[in-house]
Amino acid sequence: MVDQATADEQYLAKADFQVLLDLLAGEGYEVIGPTLGEGAIVYGPLRSVADLPRGWTDEQEAGHYRLVRRNDEAWFGFVVGPQSWKQYLFPPRTRLLTAKCEHGTWKMQPAEEPVPKYAFLGVRACELAALDVQDRVFMHSAFPDPHYVQRRQQALVIAVNCTQAAPTCFCTSMATGPRCRQGFDLALTELAEGFVLEIGSPRGRELAARLPLAPASEQQCRDAADARAQAEQQITRHLATAGLRELLLSNLNHPHWDEVAARCLSCANCTMVCPTCFCSSVEEVSDLLGEQIARERVWDSCFNPQFSYVHGGLVRHNIRSRYRQWLTHKLATWHDQFGTSGCVGCGRCISWCPVGIDLTQEVAGFRAAADRALFDRRPGAGEHAASVSGQGRGPSGLSASRPFLQQPRGEAGRPLPDEAPELGQSDAPGSESPRSTEGR
Amino acid sequence: MTPSAPFVDPWQIHPVQIVEAVPESEGVTTYRLRYCGGGGKADYAFQPGQFNMLYVPGAGEMAISMSGEDRQAEGWLHTVRLAGVVTHAMSRLGVGGVLGMRGPFGKPWPLDNAQGCDVIVVAGGIGLAPLRPALQQLSAQRSAYGRLALLYGARTPSGLLYRNDYATWQDAGWQVELTVDRHEPGWTGRVGVVPQLFDRLRGLNTGRTVVFICGPEVMILFAARAALARGIPPQQIWVSLERHMQCGVGMCGHCQLGPLLLCRDGPVVRYDHAERWLQVEGL
Repeated sequence: MVDQATADEQYLAKADFQVLLDLLAGEGYEVIGPTLGEGAIVYGPLRSVADLPRGWTDEQEAGHYRLVRRNDEAWFGFVVGPQSWKQYLFPPRTRLLTAKCEHGTWKMQPAEEPVPKYAFLGVRACELAALDVQDRVFMHSAFPDPHYVQRRQQALVIAVNCTQAAPTCFCTSMATGPRCRQGFDLALTELAEGFVLEIGSPRGRELAARLPLAPASEQQCRDAADARAQAEQQITRHLATAGLRELLLSNLNHPHWDEVAARCLSCANCTMVCPTCFCSSVEEVSDLLGEQIARERVWDSCFNPQFSYVHGGLVRHNIRSRYRQWLTHKLATWHDQFGTSGCVGCGRCISWCPVGIDLTQEVAGFRAAADRALFDRRPGAGEHAASVSGQGRGPSGLSASRPFLQQPRGEAGRPLPDEAPELGQSDAPGSESPRSTEGR
Repeated sequence: MTPSAPFVDPWQIHPVQIVEAVPESEGVTTYRLRYCGGGGKADYAFQPGQFNMLYVPGAGEMAISMSGEDRQAEGWLHTVRLAGVVTHAMSRLGVGGVLGMRGPFGKPWPLDNAQGCDVIVVAGGIGLAPLRPALQQLSAQRSAYGRLALLYGARTPSGLLYRNDYATWQDAGWQVELTVDRHEPGWTGRVGVVPQLFDRLRGLNTGRTVVFICGPEVMILFAARAALARGIPPQQIWVSLERHMQCGVGMCGHCQLGPLLLCRDGPVVRYDHAERWLQVEGL
């Protein structure tokens, strides 16, 4: 797609960038952005432009992340690391309430913790989408979470367009990027000597008015568009989303789940690095006398066995059921619950999986198996199907040595007539949502 | 605290006092609760089928459905079975003890939509607790409904809850059918599983019969099948489902059943919205 420059675009020289950081600090913002730490590019406080990972990039693949020196001095020449902005808006540990025993009765009060005023600098398009996903969970609900809402409402978002992509990126499949289109106050595109700047909100406009900006030249706008186009061209990973919800939900007992479960360690890394995963548990933190208690919300994961505990036992008592919960929630039932996919295509779960499980490959596996099942059901198609498998190529082009391309075993691989995946039809997220007929 | 109320902190817990604790059966007690010092919401109101999060400081929270109301005292009832840390801690508090509560949460039984219909209430064991406020409301608005029937069973006769209520309900026009899995001395009633009690209902007007079911999940499935087998459409069957509810408002992820966040979309769910997911092991 041709990325047209808009008349609104301004130019901020790198030499003047510190002005932005100082201005934000002067406004009382705690500026958070990318910085080097723990052998990765992580998010942390930014006081100076020198804190940025200047001249570094990240090399990513399934189960692989390495910092590598660039051959230039780009400030934002990388994609996304193990952390996401969710740790600031939905912190890993949040005090919700304190209970204090006084004269034999309990006094319970909301935890009074200062609400930090954040300015997020360097938010990528996929991360803007992730903020929107978590907004739906915590804010656009009948019972909004006050801890999230307060942090979110005063957070300033300065996006940075990707100018390169990692092999793990698939935002184009999820229609979330790489171009930052909404959800930011300011958006930047990095050039060698400065940034082309777009304004996305009234707050962004106020801020821009106080920056030493110049109108972006035609050449600068063209260079920025080229840089953004480069990111899009570099994206190679693909997740086919058409009919995905029904594909997964009509194959809940497919043998491929066993095959993934044999590789999955149930370590929960994917849920920790995911910018949208929101599962949590509340802990009781008590003093030794049991008279002062704090209730604290901590990140939890559907991969933790105890997560599905119901009196009498665990609902999801094996890795198969836990991986199935994660993938079907992320890609299918999230639509029913929150009107969007839970996946933004950032690729973190692929890079940070210790055994390199790649959800796009798993989905391709289910799709190939479903294609096979449809093929098998055609009259007289049996022998052909066997020979396709024998030649080592399935309809999706995957190697037939993968178990999911083998003949579906028994009931599991056979889609029921009313549940058959509607391949080739357009994706209608949540179209079968139980709630869609009820309203809320 | 209805969903349409202005912004409230769903995590805020209000102190409540146990004003009465009535033993129902082995390990099952009905607690009458009231706000401490009248400082809470005097206009506390819930809809039958909704639940509260009950909190014992130091032990934690649990989701428990309301099992009745107490209009004069502006309180309400919870029937609790000893199961884990929180229920045991609650049982140790005793009358006068103070605990915490937030709620009510969740979708109720669709009593208004059922007006003009025959209603069959099906319960197993402690599953009668979330249905009792519905039985009370249906009895109070008797003329708005058609035929009323309660099909109820427990493992043993002494496990049958609210035995003093049956006569009251019969007086209000309910057909009450009881069964137990195992008889005990003195039991002269039926022995068998709850879904079999559908045989006691003659001449069902299936087109305008609504069924409410609560109990162990396997009982719910078989009771629903019994209703379906008699021609009652799945859209007229409602079930109350249980998963580990922790936040109560759909933001912690614990109580998922396929697309359903049971604390938010349930606990009362239309059967045709749940059936497909209940049949998948480990979902």
